[in-house]
Amino acid sequence: MAIISRGFSGRRTATDKKLPPGQYLTTDFPVLSAGPTPHVPLDRWELAIGDGTTVLRRWDWKSFRELPSETVTVDLHCVTRWSKLGTSWEGVSLDTLLAGLRTDLPYALARSYGDYSTNVPLKDLLGNQAWIAFRFDGKDLEPEHGGPARLLVPHLYLWKSAKWARSITLMPEDKPGFWERLGYHIYGDPWREQRYSSDE
Amino acid sequence: MIWRVATVVALHDETARARTITLDVPDWPGHVAGQHLDLKLTAEDGYSAVRSYSIASAPGGGKQVQITVERLLDGEVSPYLTRTLAVGERLELRGPIGAWFVWRTQQVEAIQLVAGGSGIVPLMAMIRARGSAGSRAPFRLLYSVRAPEAVFYRDELRALSLGDQSVTVTYAFTRIVPEDWPLDPGRIDAGLIARATWPAAVAPTCYVCGPTSFVEEMADLLIASGNDRGRIRTERFGPTGGRT
Repeated sequence: MAIISRGFSGRRTATDKKLPPGQYLTTDFPVLSAGPTPHVPLDRWELAIGDGTTVLRRWDWKSFRELPSETVTVDLHCVTRWSKLGTSWEGVSLDTLLAGLRTDLPYALARSYGDYSTNVPLKDLLGNQAWIAFRFDGKDLEPEHGGPARLLVPHLYLWKSAKWARSITLMPEDKPGFWERLGYHIYGDPWREQRYSSDE
Repeated sequence: MIWRVATVVALHDETARARTITLDVPDWPGHVAGQHLDLKLTAEDGYSAVRSYSIASAPGGGKQVQITVERLLDGEVSPYLTRTLAVGERLELRGPIGAWFVWRTQQVEAIQLVAGGSGIVPLMAMIRARGSAGSRAPFRLLYSVRAPEAVFYRDELRALSLGDQSVTVTYAFTRIVPEDWPLDPGRIDAGLIARATWPAAVAPTCYVCGPTSFVEEMADLLIASGNDRGRIRTERFGPTGGRT
């Protein structure tokens, strides 16, 4: 039974229909990070994909930027309840990064410069659903938003879109990352409101 | 995590824009200093909005929990909570939430707190937790605030720093300074970090809370003064470019 707050009217807009449950619309771009922002020089940046024992693929900044990129417009949903619609990114699709890689490892752990990590099933990184993004709104991605490059998996809560992407490790079993070990949901679907580990 | 129905038992204005709300929460499971809770407000037509607020009170308060809410000019929920809400009304909440930006009473190392504006709230919970647990962990607070009248918990902080040599409080007034203040208004810079925070050799655990731009700057200054980035925990709120 809901408790009614008299005198509270709230603010409704037509776009609320497009929002997942419990989210509100913002036009800002808030920042949520657990610690200081790492500043990664491009000449020392690299991105690796591995299976836990072997590095399967590796790019430095130059070779990464030579990969075909795409521009996508996606909605962002942060577990802290803001949603930002229609954001424009440029990045390299995970389909491109993982193309031709044969693996029976169904889970992935994305790691960041600065030691952040988050887990995502491999199938959620494939099928034109995920990118390593390096431009936001036409500009190079700022460090506080994850630059030089971040994972972008917009169909999951934004903590899954690891900033300062450094590597993706494929795993035989699901393994919680940073926030997932601290009580956040192992999968994080905003449309099912999977915020905390106790949510279904 | 279940929603509980809390009752407002006290309201206290901290500043012209911020109000502390004391809630009586049946079966409150207890919390750790630094955690937050979710509040849900429902309008008469059934529309509801949920926001997260840092808990201001120390653990161990039984079923009473305090939050301090600052009114945002463009806010959807905070104007109601800071102006309209009355004692005796009921609110839905759930929590506590968060296991990262927390101070636990078992921590004995030196603690550096850096607050920007209403970022003081979870840090105050840590200071209060220290007191109520009888902890001897040495604490330093560096509190950046726009003007003297914008300081939260002023009397309590004054009493603390007078009464307990192991909690020191340093203010940085960014717009307006008190009368007789020896410094001009200004933001926290490397010099103030060097004077007012623990030397890096002490290896404090640092908790930084405030608007994003503030937290970015402070974390960078703490690292530049030699602190290990792995010992700096941050909590940010507000839009990019937000100011104290």
